[in-house]
Amino acid sequence: MEQVEHVAKLARLHLSEEEKREMSEKLSQILSYMDKLNELETDQIPPTSHVIEVKNVFRDDEVLPSLPVEEALQNAPDRVNGYFRVPRVIE
Amino acid sequence: MELCDLTIHELHEMMRRGEVTSRQITESVISRIDQVEGKMRAYITLLKEEALEQASALDKRLQKGEIPLNPLTGIPIAIKDLICTQGVLTTCAARILHNFIPPYDATVVANLKRQHIIMMGKTNMDQFGMGSSTENSHYGITRNPWDLDRVPGGSSGGSAAAVIAGEAIAALGTDTGGSIRQPSSLCSVTGLKPTYGRVSRYGLIAYASSLDQIGPITKDVTDCALLLNAMAGYDPRDSTSVNLTTPDYTRALIPEIRGLRIGIPEEYFIEGMDAEVEEKIWEAVRVLEKLGASYEKVSLPHTEYAVAAYYIIAPAEASSNLARYDGVKYGYRAKGYADLMEMYTKTRSEGFTPEVKRRIMLGTYALSSGYYDAYYVKAQKVRTLIKRDFEEAFKKYDVLVAPVSPTPAFKIGEKTDDPLQMYLSDIFTIPINLAGVTAISIPCGFTRTGLPIGLQIIGKHFGEETILKVAYAFEQNTEHHKKRPPMK
Repeated sequence: MEQVEHVAKLARLHLSEEEKREMSEKLSQILSYMDKLNELETDQIPPTSHVIEVKNVFRDDEVLPSLPVEEALQNAPDRVNGYFRVPRVIE
Repeated sequence: MELCDLTIHELHEMMRRGEVTSRQITESVISRIDQVEGKMRAYITLLKEEALEQASALDKRLQKGEIPLNPLTGIPIAIKDLICTQGVLTTCAARILHNFIPPYDATVVANLKRQHIIMMGKTNMDQFGMGSSTENSHYGITRNPWDLDRVPGGSSGGSAAAVIAGEAIAALGTDTGGSIRQPSSLCSVTGLKPTYGRVSRYGLIAYASSLDQIGPITKDVTDCALLLNAMAGYDPRDSTSVNLTTPDYTRALIPEIRGLRIGIPEEYFIEGMDAEVEEKIWEAVRVLEKLGASYEKVSLPHTEYAVAAYYIIAPAEASSNLARYDGVKYGYRAKGYADLMEMYTKTRSEGFTPEVKRRIMLGTYALSSGYYDAYYVKAQKVRTLIKRDFEEAFKKYDVLVAPVSPTPAFKIGEKTDDPLQMYLSDIFTIPINLAGVTAISIPCGFTRTGLPIGLQIIGKHFGEETILKVAYAFEQNTEHHKKRPPMK
């Protein structure tokens, strides 16, 4: 339960008491299924993060057209003078 | 059969002969939508007026010879609502993006527009692609056209249901762990998951970036090849798209498979799987054998670990990808908060469904300090073993043939309370994404109660031509793909 609260905080989620109970029950069920992976000996196995071999992909540093400010901001819930507006962060 | 029940290539041929216009096709699709959409709910956004206007304008330009009649020109196509469409609402079936209007097109959408398709609308799905039933949507449940009490599969359930019901001629779906193939199987359409890197992901709203691919959902294999032709290719805007020349996939459509070597993965026939599904898969194998292919059982020994590895890797990537929904740049922002932190948490808590929250929690946990090696790295190592299983098998076999889903379409609500059961319904599709290879689902029969069953043909990396050829050979010698649900 404490762990659920900690992870929820990391994930920036607020859970009600009922959600916490349910989350704790379902997650421990799922995680105990994951323990299956420990049946496999993997010390000598390299991890795969990407299936196709890609090396660093570079391009020339050219100036290309990008989204105009107005379009980039058109979906913002709150904006002012060409900026995203959020609650005050600095006192 | 109405126009809306026909395939892309049939309609294209009719347009070429001057027997039908894009406007008439679009009207037929819209009249089917008006007839069945109230019950089915395949779409989140419908573009009826726009589609009609576009079709009329297109017909005029075609008549004047201003534009060429390409294979997809004038064909009404639906787009999964996880793919960005410029100026058209794109929600991912999530409250948190309920008002998001992308300022740009995904590369695949731009590619289709170059061929002057008619965009029919945006289809329903499990939120952010997370689910196997299209029940996990902010916009309601999509129903299976073959039995309205059952799910169409997911997460591309809206796309698959729309295509077989004639609410679109074809559609785009996305596949992270089976989200094209499983609904295609449950709705009796053809769905292909391309090799990772074959199709650009630019403009595909990310779920699990190392697994996601966009692919076609169509009424037959020829349409699948036509749509893939328009979609595939290198895109400098997606650094994971692979710089290989794209073949003309229609050239693979030769019903000639003599000498083909098929592997049947024995781990894909498990206890508890539906007997009728198993029966139809073997029937299909015998059809391929009759056409001159040979088959053998093969072992993919790490199959049983795929679901566990996937449900660590995919949620881990998702927890990172979905961190962007913070109520600042786009989408929903909660009301009534004291500070920035509360704005984030309230926005996210109100904007995601329980299943999305569960996966974010799971992924955050797997990546958190102290658990990273035990879960995330472990899962990536198991991913290597699964990938090697496929590499070994493809040394000996041209394709692998297996079921898509262990059961036909299940009842609405049947698995919503048991996430693990829902996860296990993807057991035959997930390994393909983990290995990054390609696979297609094609109709291979029906249960006695009339529910569709799909056959999965798996190919090696960039083996799309081979699986299309096998699928085409099967299709040309069977009738399953011609069946349509009774739409009343």
